[in-house]
Amino acid sequence: METGRRNFLKIGGLCTLGLGSLRLVDAIAKTEEPKFLLNVQALSAKRWAMAIDMKKCWEKGRPGCTDCTLACHSTHNVPDIGTQKEEIKWIWEEKYENVFPRQESGMEPEAIREKPFILLCNHCTNAPCTRVCPTKATFKRPDGITMMDFHRCIGCRYCMAACPYGARSFNFRDPRPFIKTELNTTFPTRERGVVEKCNFCEERLAAGKIPACVEACKCKALCFGDLEDPKSDVRKALASQFSIRRKPELGTEPGVYYVI
Amino acid sequence: MKMYDGKYILAGLIVFIVLATFPVWFTHGKAAPPPELKLDTPVIAKMANKQCVLPKEEMITGHMKLLNDWRTQVVRDGKRMYVASDGKTYEMSLQNECMKCHSNKTLFCDKCHNYAGLQKDADPYCWNCHIAPKENK
Amino acid sequence: MLERALTGSTRYKRLLGVLLVFMGLGFAAYLTQWNRGLTITGLSRDVSWGLYIAQFTFLVGVAASAVMVVLPYYLHDIKAFGKITILGEFLAIAACTMCALFVLVDMGKPMRLLNIFIYPTPNSILFWDVIVLNGYLLLNIFIGWNVLEAERKGTHYPNWVKPLIYLSIPWAVSIHTVTAFLYAGLPGRHYWLTAIMAARFLASAFCSGPALLIMLSYLVKKYSKFDPGKEAIDKLTTIMTYSMLISVFFVGLEFFTAFYSNIPGEMDSLKYLFIGLDGHHNLVPFMWLFAILAISGVVLLLNPNVRKNEKMLLAAAACVFFSMYIEKGVGLIVAGFIPNPLDQVHEYFPSLPEIMIALGIWATGFFILTVLYKIAISVKEEVA
Ligand code: HEC
Ligand code: HEC
Ligand code: HEC
Repeated sequence: METGRRNFLKIGGLCTLGLGSLRLVDAIAKTEEPKFLLNVQALSAKRWAMAIDMKKCWEKGRPGCTDCTLACHSTHNVPDIGTQKEEIKWIWEEKYENVFPRQESGMEPEAIREKPFILLCNHCTNAPCTRVCPTKATFKRPDGITMMDFHRCIGCRYCMAACPYGARSFNFRDPRPFIKTELNTTFPTRERGVVEKCNFCEERLAAGKIPACVEACKCKALCFGDLEDPKSDVRKALASQFSIRRKPELGTEPGVYYVI
Repeated sequence: MKMYDGKYILAGLIVFIVLATFPVWFTHGKAAPPPELKLDTPVIAKMANKQCVLPKEEMITGHMKLLNDWRTQVVRDGKRMYVASDGKTYEMSLQNECMKCHSNKTLFCDKCHNYAGLQKDADPYCWNCHIAPKENK
Repeated sequence: MLERALTGSTRYKRLLGVLLVFMGLGFAAYLTQWNRGLTITGLSRDVSWGLYIAQFTFLVGVAASAVMVVLPYYLHDIKAFGKITILGEFLAIAACTMCALFVLVDMGKPMRLLNIFIYPTPNSILFWDVIVLNGYLLLNIFIGWNVLEAERKGTHYPNWVKPLIYLSIPWAVSIHTVTAFLYAGLPGRHYWLTAIMAARFLASAFCSGPALLIMLSYLVKKYSKFDPGKEAIDKLTTIMTYSMLISVFFVGLEFFTAFYSNIPGEMDSLKYLFIGLDGHHNLVPFMWLFAILAISGVVLLLNPNVRKNEKMLLAAAACVFFSMYIEKGVGLIVAGFIPNPLDQVHEYFPSLPEIMIALGIWATGFFILTVLYKIAISVKEEVA
């Protein structure tokens, strides 16, 4: 092997440094009491992602099923404003031509053209919304979730202009009177003037639960897990089937995959 | 020197002084009794050692900072567990933790805030989003 | 110097009175927005920016008026502009103020405005835009005021003003570039995603700013004893003519790229603007008016005789100003949202309160402008 003395010294030096810093961390940890911790039961990942198997949804689900939407919107107190103009939605349905515009061949099977696709925030790796936000009210978490800090949002709606997927909704009015589902008293509502969107159920992940939509889907069409973990459900689902993402040409690297 | 309409001017001056100092003496008269804060909620009643997250004095002066830290930790850093200096753990949540014990918001938080003269809509703006506990009044 | 704003002819006071009425109406409309939220506007989930941000975008251009007189005067020593630099600078102050107000009324949570400074975010273009616009506003206030003060005293302005003047020139370029970058860097908004956006902003700014300045100079000459001078107006006209030609050329470039490449995403917004898309054509009449005004403006300006005739020149300047107003202040922003990311068309039209608020802000701008011009002209009249 061509490892010279120099390399040996380098590696050796690095190792000593590493060991030294470990001691340092220990010392700090002992004097400073840890005050803020992750929940013990929390689910964690390097990159949360979702694979949506539309075939399962269409074949096994009953027609007109909206279990995932209902579960999400009642978990997060999403209001039903009732107009297209001010609609607020975290997960919803749309047709193929709208979900994948410019990808239609026009010759798709009837089913693909007519059946609903499930849409939600893509939690992009290179999220344009977090790039433009002037206050870091929307930001990327290390686990890939595109998070909203409602306490900081100034309602400038730049993120809505930046999102190429139409995933963001604005509270044009006080949402509380429009919450038609039973109020979930453990999760806050939002208020007038802030932007909102799907949060990949980060509050449920912290409590060790999978996202509400995934849990609610009886035909297991939604599959959630760590994209960086080869043994995760998502990876297995994606490794065995062909999948596409929305608008891949924009370089946003969505975290939501569609199996058709 | 003769003062034209002197009495009107004097009367006006007195009215002015009374009005201008109104806030001072008005609140002074009322300031005397500090509110009695109710701690008789079911959860607190069951506690053997009736203790808040931090010692009482620190809570009174520092609960806004604590809440601020909590929300930063939860929303921005994804951490949800708080270990107090006495080793007790809490879920860092306004509506699920503080209000679990202090489920009498109107008789506890609000009462003190009103007393402290916080603007009516400055403080409870948290409650535009966070859901206050149900109370039977 | 401020006291000069307090006295004046009845016409001056009547003008201020009328503007105050509009400001009051706008303020009343804003109070309803404050109480009920942006639901009172025509904005929607799909067209989330509208009249307010469009006015803001156009007015950033008007603010360029200053640099177009300052640059030739200070860098190229073109003396003719000496008399009217102050008019350009004061116009920039009014325009920047309007920009700031339009951003403010567009916010969903205006009480949290300071968050922009509490949590500075250098990767956000909006953050930079707030900085450069406020900077430009301050620069013009400092420069304009000091230069005018010096003129009144018959002295030379203090030396520390000179570097600020030089700074204001690249700064003016930055406000357009940064504002263009607000839009030009967003993936998935085809109509905005164009490399010549900043160039288009500069070109249209350098014609709409001078156009307004020409019209204002005419009014100043007509109603006061201060004459901005024929030479300055001629030079401004030349600048306006070239910039207008370039602006129209740039719009043509957008058409070529979209329609020759035949990429649907590139064509859709232009189609929506000029012929309508999927049966939606709210903006079509406006855009044709833009086309007619723009072409009339160009035809008029290319004719040397028109440029020499005051009335015709005013007509040409009005064509330029209003065509650019429609292009930026009506078409550009809304069309960026149409079709939406899901390739659906949901149209936008401003609501009445929204229009009233916008008018109120325009009135505020003109109020500031009137007062500042009154001061400047009084000083000029005294010195003369
Ligand atoms: C485990 C139950 C519990 C939780 C959780 C809790 N408190 Fe308390 N709190 C108490 C008790 C018991 C007292 C009375 C302490 C005493 O008298 O020494 C108290 C006292 C206080 C006081 C002082 C009141 C006074 O008497 O002047 C404040 C303020 C307060 N809590 C705020 C909060 C806030 C804010 C939170 C959330 C961050 C919170 N509490 C969470 C139980 C709780
Ligand atoms: C002993 C009196 C007292 C009690 C009890 C109390 N507060 Fe406060 N709180 C205050 C005072 C005084 C302030 C204002 C501090 C300031 O303005 O600096 C305040 C401020 C706050 C703020 C910050 C408000 C803002 O506008 O930034 C929050 C949040 C808050 N309190 C929450 C609570 C909650 C929740 C409870 C009940 C669990 C509670 N407080 C109980 C006295 C009290
Ligand atoms: C615009 C709506 C909104 C307002 C106003 C608001 N919050 Fe929140 N807050 C949220 C949301 C949404 C979460 C996220 C909850 C989660 O992820 O579990 C949250 C989370 C929190 C958390 C941590 C998690 C939890 O369940 O409490 C704290 C603490 C908190 N907020 C405190 C405050 C305080 C104090 C105020 C007032 C000064 C306030 N918030 C005002 C919406 C709001």
